[in-house]
Amino acid sequence: MDLFGSFALLLSFVCAGYAFAGGIAAIVTRHPLLIKSARQAGVAACGLIFLATASLVYLFFSDNYSIAYVVSHSNRDLSTFYKIAALWSGQEGSLLFWSFLLSIYIVSVLIAYRGKHLELMPYVSVVMAGVQIFFLTLNNFVANPFRALGIPGANGALDVVARADGNGLNPLLQYPEMVIHPPNLYSGYTGFTIPFAFALAALLARYPGEKWIHLTRKWTMIAWCFQTAGILLGAHWAYAVLGWGGYWGWDPVENASLMPWLTGTAFLHSVMMQEKRGMMKVWNVWLVFSTFLLCILGTFLTRSGVVSSVHAFAQSTIGPWFVGFICLTLAVCLAAYWKNRDYLHSENQLDSIVSRESSFLFNNLILLVACVAVLSGTLFPVLSEWVEGSKISVGAPFFNKVNIPIGLMLLFLTGVGPLLAWRKTSLESLRRNFGWPLGVGLLAGAVAWPLGCKDIFSLICVILCVFVTVTIGMEFYRGARVIRARTGYPFVGAVRELTMRNTRRYGGYIVHFGIVLIFIGISGAAFNRDAQKDMPIGSTLHLGRYTLLLQTMDSKPEKNYTAERMVVEVLRNDKPMMMLYPERRFFPSNQESGTMVAIYSTLREDLYVVYAGRSPDSSLPVIHAYLNPLVKWIWLGGLVVVFGTLVALLPNRQPAMVLAAERQKSAGHALAGAVASHATYSESHD
Amino acid sequence: MEKRAKFGIGIAIILVSLAWLGWLGARESKTYYHTIAELPTLTGPALGQRMRIGGSVAPGSIKRLPGRIDFLLQGEGKTLAVSYVGSDPLPDTFVDNSQALVEGHRTPDGRFVAERVQAKCASKYETAPNGAPASSSRGSGT
Repeated sequence: MDLFGSFALLLSFVCAGYAFAGGIAAIVTRHPLLIKSARQAGVAACGLIFLATASLVYLFFSDNYSIAYVVSHSNRDLSTFYKIAALWSGQEGSLLFWSFLLSIYIVSVLIAYRGKHLELMPYVSVVMAGVQIFFLTLNNFVANPFRALGIPGANGALDVVARADGNGLNPLLQYPEMVIHPPNLYSGYTGFTIPFAFALAALLARYPGEKWIHLTRKWTMIAWCFQTAGILLGAHWAYAVLGWGGYWGWDPVENASLMPWLTGTAFLHSVMMQEKRGMMKVWNVWLVFSTFLLCILGTFLTRSGVVSSVHAFAQSTIGPWFVGFICLTLAVCLAAYWKNRDYLHSENQLDSIVSRESSFLFNNLILLVACVAVLSGTLFPVLSEWVEGSKISVGAPFFNKVNIPIGLMLLFLTGVGPLLAWRKTSLESLRRNFGWPLGVGLLAGAVAWPLGCKDIFSLICVILCVFVTVTIGMEFYRGARVIRARTGYPFVGAVRELTMRNTRRYGGYIVHFGIVLIFIGISGAAFNRDAQKDMPIGSTLHLGRYTLLLQTMDSKPEKNYTAERMVVEVLRNDKPMMMLYPERRFFPSNQESGTMVAIYSTLREDLYVVYAGRSPDSSLPVIHAYLNPLVKWIWLGGLVVVFGTLVALLPNRQPAMVLAAERQKSAGHALAGAVASHATYSESHD
Repeated sequence: MEKRAKFGIGIAIILVSLAWLGWLGARESKTYYHTIAELPTLTGPALGQRMRIGGSVAPGSIKRLPGRIDFLLQGEGKTLAVSYVGSDPLPDTFVDNSQALVEGHRTPDGRFVAERVQAKCASKYETAPNGAPASSSRGSGT
């Protein structure tokens, strides 16, 4: 099966090579058979990657311990669920998994647009094949997951051996989120290849109009949705598994996933400027180029350990390959832009500082500054080594100082932007749209301050969150009221009808509301508390209104590990409430241990209890308990964001009922009504 | 032209204030990377900086004392005595021979006081072939 997988990978490399070279030849000669064959080679390359991935999965399930990758990431007692996760738990497998997900996107694009957009698609296929070739090169020649396990023999040659059992999966990865977090994040990383391919193709082909933006909107949103879910699942994993009480540590790998999200978010907003007003064309093309490059950089940072290691490139041989690919891609983008830059001529100018355009401009500027700040902070060790000769890193204070104000500005724009008119907004409309939200927001701030919200950033955050929520609520209310008056639907039905008639706009509002919930959750971090104590059995630890009583300790053997548990009774305001069981798991196969945090989560706060091991002095068990307010709102907000994105992906429902009702009244009136309703629902179509 | 100036000023205010915040944050959390062998060559202000040093934990050197954990970090043939004083429990991967990154300051007597320790297990199957080969040929499933 490993031979089969290796051959499939090799053949896939050949097919992708043909899709690339044959595709270029097809563009030059316009020969229909060449176009067809290049396209089919692209599909074949994807199919072969599916086969290779399936054979690696098979090797895991058949416990084949003659393959180095299987030996290092699995063992016989590992549950089926985690044998799937083992596929992407190491470098070779996760690079194959990258190729696998990319192939799903590529094959979907090739099939969805079969026989359509004949001027553009050959270019798109060539760009996609180019990206695929890079990853297949790594899969085949640099980090092959099918490498047999070898030990140096007597004459210096490698002898192929098989082991009775594997080393097992890293305990930190044996957690349900680790099965869904990487596929989400990787689907985000790989998904941005599609808008990138279309943008570069449109530029190369000088494809007329904004069509590439319409074509890629859905793909970008799918990638963005996966990326968002991936980041939040990663944060939740860090929170629930690493046991340090936080969910975000500005670690290079976390930053790597955030950066393309920031530019991707900027892109999703700025394309509206191009669609509506024919502006920001150069900016959009470069945003999508940067997003793709940041995805590659993210994969590189995650896989190479270039930043966290003390010596650059010490940990991995793939570093130079990634740097080479990033440089090559950048060169191609620059050349394409330079050659066809007149194609990206802007059709309009900014009219007023208080307008939808300028809110998008500032939104983009701020997102980009955030990205540059995160990028420079992450690469600080590499950059300082070039500039000063010594490697210097910056920590959380740097990221927080810059990104907290940025986050608040973004939150402000989230409320303001969608309600500003295109071109210019009058003072009267400002008052009408923002009077109430601002008033209610300030009122909320005035209530929160005496209640203990004394941190300045948290207070601003509360005010803005309420402000944005009210603006969103008013939008839904106003629209639903109009629909209710026309159709007689109940209010909830009217809200649904409103949303379905302009999914993009109202789905967008739902996403914004999800972001508000996430901000509420993050603002709670200013009020985190924790306590740590050596605990003889029967002793208690007080934290806030909770009391933790250690009743006993027990130990339970499981299939793949042994767990040592604390049995902790939780009392709230001195009344018994529930039991928590924080545990430490010991994995015999790789002699490692892991923590299982016990969390009691409510909307108000999380009680987060860690069994921190035994005290070195007294050998008593140690409890480390945290009280983290509002954390649950982050995960809820994530769900709302994903839901909103799904809504925005739905096609708009035509307001057929309204037209039918109007027509019955009078023909002339109906026409005017139809035009008016069309104007209402599609002019503000964003 | 006036509009452009307004935009320019707005953008400049945002950029300058964020750059200033970034500079403050960077100054507060700057950490210098050094190898163990480089430490004796440092002079002047470089000695007082916050540093991050990598190495492997000398076998048998981990001593758990009240309020701190002492161990020896080895690298490039040199050894550094480290006292960990942080409040977080050490990671599970921190054992003899593990690769560790310590972050903190040097004291005048040459010890290193670490507030943070990260550890990574030494690579497994290449260095510790404790699972003896089951057979010398390819296993099943090929």
